[in-house]
Amino acid sequence: MSAPQLLVHEKKDTVGVVVVEGLKAGTEMTCVVTADNSAFKLTAKMDVPIGHKIALTDIKKGDTVWKYGQDIGKAVADIKKGEHVHVHNLKTKRW
Amino acid sequence: MAKNGKTSAKHDGNGKSNLRFSGWRRENGRVGVRNHVLILPLDDLSNAACEAVANNIKGTLAIPHAYGRLQFGEDLETFFRTLIGTGANPNVAACVVIGIEDGWTQRVVDGIKKTGKPVTGFGIELNGDIATIAKASRVAKDYLQWASELKKEECDISDLWVSTKCGESDTTTGLASCPTVGNMYDKLIPHGIYGVFGETSEITGGEHLAKERAINMEVGEKWFKVWQAYQDDVIEAHKTDDLSDSQPTKGNIAGGLTTIEEKALGNLEKIGRTCRYIDVLEPAEAPAKGPGLYYMDTSSAAAECVTLMAAAGYVVHTFPTGQGNIIGNPIVPVIKITGNPRTVRTMSEHVDLDVSGILRRDMTIPDAGDALIEMIMRTANGRLAAAEALGHREYSLTKLYRSA
Repeated sequence: MSAPQLLVHEKKDTVGVVVVEGLKAGTEMTCVVTADNSAFKLTAKMDVPIGHKIALTDIKKGDTVWKYGQDIGKAVADIKKGEHVHVHNLKTKRW
Repeated sequence: MAKNGKTSAKHDGNGKSNLRFSGWRRENGRVGVRNHVLILPLDDLSNAACEAVANNIKGTLAIPHAYGRLQFGEDLETFFRTLIGTGANPNVAACVVIGIEDGWTQRVVDGIKKTGKPVTGFGIELNGDIATIAKASRVAKDYLQWASELKKEECDISDLWVSTKCGESDTTTGLASCPTVGNMYDKLIPHGIYGVFGETSEITGGEHLAKERAINMEVGEKWFKVWQAYQDDVIEAHKTDDLSDSQPTKGNIAGGLTTIEEKALGNLEKIGRTCRYIDVLEPAEAPAKGPGLYYMDTSSAAAECVTLMAAAGYVVHTFPTGQGNIIGNPIVPVIKITGNPRTVRTMSEHVDLDVSGILRRDMTIPDAGDALIEMIMRTANGRLAAAEALGHREYSLTKLYRSA
């Protein structure tokens, strides 16, 4: 298998991490779930820097966002599958 | 190193592993992997004299710091524990202590002396800098020449105390470099090493997972109290906003980490899958419950945390980084591990172990764990870590509150 562009920790997760530099909008990414090595395809809707997250599914404002199979905060805006997920649309529930 | 998750560490019939290194066995039985003669200032006022001695006697090491005056209570206890622990660390062969006055200088000397290593203190008052520097330089020269003839001996991996703390984390640390450290601990803790992790504020968001990783409920409750006290006494008492710009840091956010929960979950990858912590330590407290993994109540600031772990007696530090934290320590080699290919490309001089293959899926985490064990052994045997070669000697004392 060629090197993936996106890694996902757990099956339950709703975001994955871009692991290549210079990812462009429209790229059909090879995505791998590290927990079981399963693979799937997803098209990036935006240019996203290495290390940043992409939504694996449509996420509605107020939804919990899952990574490591755990709650990492809530969406503060609607997020479409394939879009960049970061401080502009995801926030901790804590502080 | 063996592939497919099997470390090459094996035990022979005598209970000794094949993972051996040569180090300096100190008077108290502990083993060091460096052989420093330290010129240790008691206080900020004595930094200049210590640096002058280190300049006179080439090969000795002064570690200037900012504190030591008018501290009191728990803050003062933490200060003494850190200073004494630094001098007592087995990576230090001998130590000269210089302070503005004799009383507290002697307290540090007496603390270090318990290890049995050579240590002498000098007070500046009634002498002045110049006479103090002259007297201290003579002792430092004797110590240096004595230490230079100390022989290394072959030691078992169980003589090694290995600490960890990550920094300038990003999403790649949770995917690659932190699980590499976790895999190393899962493999080496059963061989009888001492491990330690900390970073109390940074576990926020993963506290339910951290509590579960205690050896039993009692230790888990002890851990939770430490974590809760930090939330109540520090964050709630001092925050002016929601900490979103401090935890995660600006560097974390640039690297793609969004929330403290996400950062905490990546951080906790450092303790692997199977090992459990057996006790909860005060800052700079030496572990006393035998071999195993410990938790230490520390700041998440890199230099403060590594300074405290070194003061507890740890002799090698493993430091996963994403965006490229460049920290070192004056007495402990700090091994940098990164899985971020951009950091490898742009900051390669700071990287001891490149595990970016994990992101390309051409390196497994068990392979990376084996590569880290190999790097730890090379470092213990004398290979200078990148931070040592680059002259990083960050020595940062933890201050609990304002001095009197």
